Amino acid sequence: MLGRLSFSAIPLDVPILVGTFLGVAIIGLAVLGLITYYGKWGYLWKEWLTSVDHKRLAVMYIVLALVALFRGFADAIMMRTQLAMAYAGNPGYLPPHHYDQIFSAHGTIMIFFLAMAFMTGLFNFVVPLQIGARDVAFPFLNNLSFWMTAIAFILVNVSLFIGEFSQCGWLAYPPLSESQFSPGVGVDYYIWAIQLSGVGTLLTGVNFFVTIVKMRAPGMTWMKMPVFTWTAFCSSILIMVSFPVLTVAVALLGLDRYFGMHFFTNDGGGNQMLYLSLIWSWGHPEVYILVIPAFGVFSEVVPAFSGKPLFGYGTMVYATCSIMVLSFIVWVHHFFTMGAGPDVNAFFGIATMIISIPTGVKLFNWMFTMYKGRVQFHACMYWAVGFMVTFTIGGMTGVMMAIPGADFVLHNSLFLIAHFHNVIIGGVYFGYICGMNFWFPKVMGFKMNETWGIRAFWFWFVGFYFAFVPLYVLGFDGMTRRMNHYDNPEWHIWLLIAEVGAVLILFGIVCQLTQLYVTIRDRNLPANRDVTGDPWNGRALEWSTSSPPPPYNFAIVPHVHELDAFMHDKENGIDTRCAGGPYAPIHMPKNTAAGFLIGVFSLVFGFAAVWYIWWLAAIGLIGVIGTVIARSANKDIDYYIPAEEVARIENEHSRKLMAQAAE
Amino acid sequence: MKNKLLARMARLGGLSSALLLAGCEMDVLDPKGPVGDGVKSLIATSTIAMLIVVIPTIILSVYFAWHYRQSNTSAEYLPKWSHSNKIELIIWGVPSLIILFLAVITYQTCHSLDPYKPLEAEATTKPLHVEVVALDWKWLFIYPEQGIATVNQLAIPVNTPVDFVITSDSVMNSFFIPRLGSMIYAMAGMQTQLHLMANEPGDYLGESANYSGRGFSDMKFRTLAVSGDEFNAWVDKVKSSSEQLDGQTYPKLAAPSEANPVEYFAHVEPGMFNTIVAKYNNGMVMDKSTGKMIQVQSAMSDMNMKE
Repeated sequence: MLGRLSFSAIPLDVPILVGTFLGVAIIGLAVLGLITYYGKWGYLWKEWLTSVDHKRLAVMYIVLALVALFRGFADAIMMRTQLAMAYAGNPGYLPPHHYDQIFSAHGTIMIFFLAMAFMTGLFNFVVPLQIGARDVAFPFLNNLSFWMTAIAFILVNVSLFIGEFSQCGWLAYPPLSESQFSPGVGVDYYIWAIQLSGVGTLLTGVNFFVTIVKMRAPGMTWMKMPVFTWTAFCSSILIMVSFPVLTVAVALLGLDRYFGMHFFTNDGGGNQMLYLSLIWSWGHPEVYILVIPAFGVFSEVVPAFSGKPLFGYGTMVYATCSIMVLSFIVWVHHFFTMGAGPDVNAFFGIATMIISIPTGVKLFNWMFTMYKGRVQFHACMYWAVGFMVTFTIGGMTGVMMAIPGADFVLHNSLFLIAHFHNVIIGGVYFGYICGMNFWFPKVMGFKMNETWGIRAFWFWFVGFYFAFVPLYVLGFDGMTRRMNHYDNPEWHIWLLIAEVGAVLILFGIVCQLTQLYVTIRDRNLPANRDVTGDPWNGRALEWSTSSPPPPYNFAIVPHVHELDAFMHDKENGIDTRCAGGPYAPIHMPKNTAAGFLIGVFSLVFGFAAVWYIWWLAAIGLIGVIGTVIARSANKDIDYYIPAEEVARIENEHSRKLMAQAAE
Repeated sequence: MKNKLLARMARLGGLSSALLLAGCEMDVLDPKGPVGDGVKSLIATSTIAMLIVVIPTIILSVYFAWHYRQSNTSAEYLPKWSHSNKIELIIWGVPSLIILFLAVITYQTCHSLDPYKPLEAEATTKPLHVEVVALDWKWLFIYPEQGIATVNQLAIPVNTPVDFVITSDSVMNSFFIPRLGSMIYAMAGMQTQLHLMANEPGDYLGESANYSGRGFSDMKFRTLAVSGDEFNAWVDKVKSSSEQLDGQTYPKLAAPSEANPVEYFAHVEPGMFNTIVAKYNNGMVMDKSTGKMIQVQSAMSDMNMKE
């Protein structure tokens, strides 16, 4: 009846998990209780959970990403603490069974649910506004993407309390991940979480590709498109091309596990290196999917706070596109040590280092944007300059590892761990947080607190170096990744320093939470309100509408004449909002519960498939198909905002603007 | 000419990395063999080449941000300036030249440090052959010429090239002795090769660099680099063991175990390594001299498959 599921699957013997469960349960009940107490269920359901508004979905994505950050960081600091302790005979407090799940979950969560969700959140918020569109091309699919990502994250967290998570690392290399060596449910949780979130990500890629190709404001030719939109465009292409490869690779692993096939097994003609090749021909583009939008954020932030246009816009676009193309011909550098010939290794090594040329050019472009500018040290600029310093080092160590001869001693060592955290934290995370500080007033209508933002930056920045420079050293000292305990006395001191770094980063996260709290507490202070919608003297179209934007974004679709369209309009005294009208009714998509329902049924299906509860899996699958059919048959999916309503919203905004001007 | 330049760069690199890391004795940067030496100078050369761009980038990003701060009104402000062909030429050109240089040494070192390439010393010294099998979670070393085998202890004579042939009878691992240089994967049904040599006697860490499951952290071995006489004495010591490795005893050894102690086997059934490889390939194994698949003939063909 319940497949493999029984009471023994609940890890009551692991005190850490019982404590975590109680904590999550108490917080969860408190949140649910508060929502009920304030009678907000209807509001939450109508305005958020079923919303197809890209701005609402953006907020939900970023909330999801922040929750994933807490989970992923809790894993990280547990690992660092284990390694600070587990030395010279001390087994530490995490036995391998638990520790191996933690490092697998840490990587999976940080990449798929922190970074990807945060990135999608930024896309959702910024792209339609930057191109002067009223929504994305497929608003319902956008909502569905969110729910597929969210339920996949829930599935990963269910594995904490029911059964176990994968113990095979974040990419689940076979043959270790085959049922012969990992008979438990851990890898199955991994497989279904990846597959379900993959649906969401792929749809996001398609959605933004179409949005950017088809929905740009009149006059916005390709070379007048803001750089963040360019990066979102390149990233969407990478998603469309590479995520299907991930889906296929993980599906083949699933066929091995569920149907006893032999794609990647040791025997029966399977080949594990085929999996490595497939997973990395997704995995390498994936890191560019994440970092290219971060480059886009800096390309918006640095000009805004330097009071100058971006240096070398054309170069920036070509550099981004060439990185996009090159990212597909470098994947073998993740396994130089498999014993391919020297010519194969040389090809992939050299291809990899060529990527550092356009990437380096971007860094110089941001530098020369500050050059002869007027740089305001807003919190965003701290993240941007911190990124330039940190990412440069990460790029250098990346090129070192791209040289096969050097990789033969650095591969899979802590040097590698230090390198990719160097680019993922120093590049992706710094970029996204910078973007959050930058666009927050546009989303909410009030600015983020800067003092706490700068404190958060310093803790993250210094904490990063404390946490990861020791890992570079340990890599040179021969320490490999994924070790649970060790007996080399020389390693111990460095792991203690790394633990200090993890604690500093913890303070950084606490500062970020405080920043959010203070921001919301002080939201009504006049200095914090963003009445004009243009708090930073911005350059692109998103700053031309109000903060937060009305549901339809732009009462009148803007016409674009130049790059940095809004700056051009401001300089030429063009009233971009056409205040006063006349306005036309605006065609809008209706909210729908279909995305939520498909998500819930998919979660049921995924959970049942993990535990071999086939009748429940059938219910889940039928639910998904039924919802899709019902949604497809539904013709009542749109409505018009009447012209009078548009006029009312716009006039109200003008009144606020005039009131502020009068003060 | 180019090689001379490379050698000079390498010396310079070695010197500065020695300065940077003075006081630290790190395995990879303090190698005890020619392969490790080659890798170390490669790391040093490439690091120096990249620092030519990296250091100015870091300094200029901080300097520009500071110098052109809003409060510094004496700094020049060009609110419209956003293009310069001269700067574009430099920011594309200089990194391209450095990458060109790195590409050349990458190509050269891919060949010179190819783990499959026999070491130069093999021209004068007869190499030692060792067959390595990664098991859950221990390393089995078979010395076909000596007819012995050990677990978690590898003895090699100094200044003698060692030819490793590596496979796995379980999941993927990576065979790595940091003090000696390169690593290579160990994969079931496949044979990889590695050529290493120790120049200095010592007791060096050996490990798996690819996570392989529960017992991975203790999947370590000691590499004893000893003189020729000491090596012969060690072989005799192994031969005096009462244990044998054959079709009967192998399955017991191959069963998963954690933190396995050192074990000696006085005698190994000939063809053992090929049998281990062949059991994943329908009894076939690739003959390394011809590259052809051949049928393994062995008394151990009845050896239990692990499944």
